[in-house]
Amino acid sequence: MDRDPTVCVMGEDVGHYGGSYKVTKGLAEKFGDLRVLDTPIAENSFTGMGIGAAMTGLRPIVEGMNMGFLLLAFNQISNNCGMLHYTSGGQFKIPIVIRGPGGVGRQLGAEHSQRLESYFQSIPGIQMVACSTPYNAKGLMKAAIRSENPVILFEHVLLYNLKERIPDEEYICNLEEAEMVRPGEHVTILTYSRMRYHVMQAAKTLVNKGYDPEVIDIRSLKPFDLHTIGNSVKKTHRVLIVEECMRTGGIGASLTSAINENFHDYLDAPIVCLSSQDVPTPYAGTLEDWTVVQPAQIVTAVEQLCH
Amino acid sequence: MALSHIATSSSRSNLLRPLTAALSCASHPLRRPISSSAAADDSTTLTIETSVPFTAHRCEEPSRTIETTPKELLTFFHDMATMRRMEIAADSLYKAKLIRGFCHLYDGQEAVAVGMEAAITKKDAIITAYRDHCIFLGRGGTLLQVFAELMGRQAGCSRGKGGSMHFYKKDAGFFGGHGIVGAQVPLGCGIAFAQKYSKDETVTFALYGDGAANQGQLFEALNIAALWDLPAILVCENNHYGMGTAEWRAAKSPAYYKRGDYVPGLKVDGMDAFAVKQACKFAKEHALKNGPIILEMDTYRYHGHSMSDPGSTYRTRDEISGVRQERDPLERIRKLILAHDIATEKELKDTEKEIRKEVDEAIAKAKEIPMPDPPELFTNIYVKDSGLELLNVIIAYDLDEFIDETALLYSDSLDLQQQTGNPEHSLRHELVLCFRFLGSSTTNWESRA
Repeated sequence: MDRDPTVCVMGEDVGHYGGSYKVTKGLAEKFGDLRVLDTPIAENSFTGMGIGAAMTGLRPIVEGMNMGFLLLAFNQISNNCGMLHYTSGGQFKIPIVIRGPGGVGRQLGAEHSQRLESYFQSIPGIQMVACSTPYNAKGLMKAAIRSENPVILFEHVLLYNLKERIPDEEYICNLEEAEMVRPGEHVTILTYSRMRYHVMQAAKTLVNKGYDPEVIDIRSLKPFDLHTIGNSVKKTHRVLIVEECMRTGGIGASLTSAINENFHDYLDAPIVCLSSQDVPTPYAGTLEDWTVVQPAQIVTAVEQLCH
Repeated sequence: MALSHIATSSSRSNLLRPLTAALSCASHPLRRPISSSAAADDSTTLTIETSVPFTAHRCEEPSRTIETTPKELLTFFHDMATMRRMEIAADSLYKAKLIRGFCHLYDGQEAVAVGMEAAITKKDAIITAYRDHCIFLGRGGTLLQVFAELMGRQAGCSRGKGGSMHFYKKDAGFFGGHGIVGAQVPLGCGIAFAQKYSKDETVTFALYGDGAANQGQLFEALNIAALWDLPAILVCENNHYGMGTAEWRAAKSPAYYKRGDYVPGLKVDGMDAFAVKQACKFAKEHALKNGPIILEMDTYRYHGHSMSDPGSTYRTRDEISGVRQERDPLERIRKLILAHDIATEKELKDTEKEIRKEVDEAIAKAKEIPMPDPPELFTNIYVKDSGLELLNVIIAYDLDEFIDETALLYSDSLDLQQQTGNPEHSLRHELVLCFRFLGSSTTNWESRA
């Protein structure tokens, strides 16, 4: 926002309140009410307004207080955000960033535990990225803001308190690039967002058991970084996908199909995809834990895959 | 209660109001001799009155007395006649199956497009729904671009990829062209926000129909526009029918100009180009000072909702011909021109013949333009600099062909490194990104990249 006066933020309680997850804390004091805009609770229209503003050349960052609320803006995101560049024959660019926390939290209930990446992934014309660490959160955010394309940045409710040392100097992360978290030889584990931490936890156990998993945080949900993923598959010949989306129609489902189509010859075993259950996220803590993939399940899956 | 509306003809007569008032000109200084000198006359002022006074909601209505010039009258005539002819020609093209899909025609409503243009500049923005051919023309689009786009040809205003509902003209502040009812209103308020942000002193006219007036997102956007004092003018083109549903069957309160509640509104005779012009001028001044305002244009469409709707199952032919007889916007201007001796009947007919010829020529030319080539399927999905524009084309075509073309297209991205400050963003890296998404044909990519 310092660097580019066309960057502005709009969302519920992003300004004076500092953001429901404190992402925009301090910005309103620094940049004022015209650049950090508190909107009424009207996702459909303020997302539409962000897109309209982007058509003129501004670079708005629209926050969904919880990504689930953006379902109310689905028409704007799908038809206008994704498609205007195409239907106008290239005349209008939509350099908007739509971001917010999603994913399964701590007993927030079904409606506040949505994973919208599965709903949005078919929309042509948008890019989707998911951050998972303070380092890539900053890098991806900057890249998303500077991109001329509409980018949806998926943050996770449970990852906001992570602390990490990050470089002082300017850096960005490539929007279309996956992150090699842990190189390995036996199996390729593809994951993103919070599940990365479950995978790394499982990886510790696996290493103790003598396995050498390669862990890749795919980061780019649309389009997939098939270059990094493909190279990994060619090396290990076994793929495990660990995601938080539901089994049906999730990112894992698309990724499985993309890898099968492109790298079938390199697979020694069918791809295994661990996803959340196809259920509304229940409130009770124990039930909620069973909804998402846990490290123990990841360990078991790798053992079976590498048999 | 609602059903009784059908029986009484008196409710229908709201739509028919005679033109008599238009002819009561307060004064015209000289009875000038006919046309050729008057044709280009920009200096003589004529004072005319709008057909009916404006009705205001929470504001002071503008005067119904307007000054105009012979030149403006002739321009209005020419522009509206062109629009009329264009829409009728589109009707024939659709029936000849040269235009497919949805085609929503604007004939009858021309005064709104023409009157609005006359009041504003190209720096002001207009955004509308799918009945957009004439607005596009008013913003400076050409007949060729219109017909080419309608027939899905390369030289169409959206390169053949938008169609009837997706006309845009960025350089003239025309933001489209939208298919989903009401979705353009939040976009329009966003454009107004950007205008305020950039301190442009310009305004946005967000047009919608009486059907869209019942969309929630409209009221959401209006609330935000009023809160943030945006220079947004919401224009309800009330042609009294939301597809096949009459306004009284869709809206508990069809007084659309009042529906902004705390936002001022003005009801305007949308068949009178001068009333439209006056209202838009008034609205622009208002919006720049006081924030949003609603204009309700009382207008009428002769065609059905779209080409698949005959338009006569929910309204009587008498009603349609009645409006055409009593309130036709083109005829109003014609009568004014004749009454003020600005041109003869024959000269106006000649103008119309000229226009017909222009339209026919544009259609003939458009018919010769080819359809888009296959690679066009994959262009403009993303903006070039991310390297994604080419990826689908590469999948469709042989890899080899594209190495050189990629290099050309990505010579732009050499700057990318400077722009982003990221040493990873070199040309080589862009090429790598490009080829990343290929399937098993990536086997050779390393050596090429």
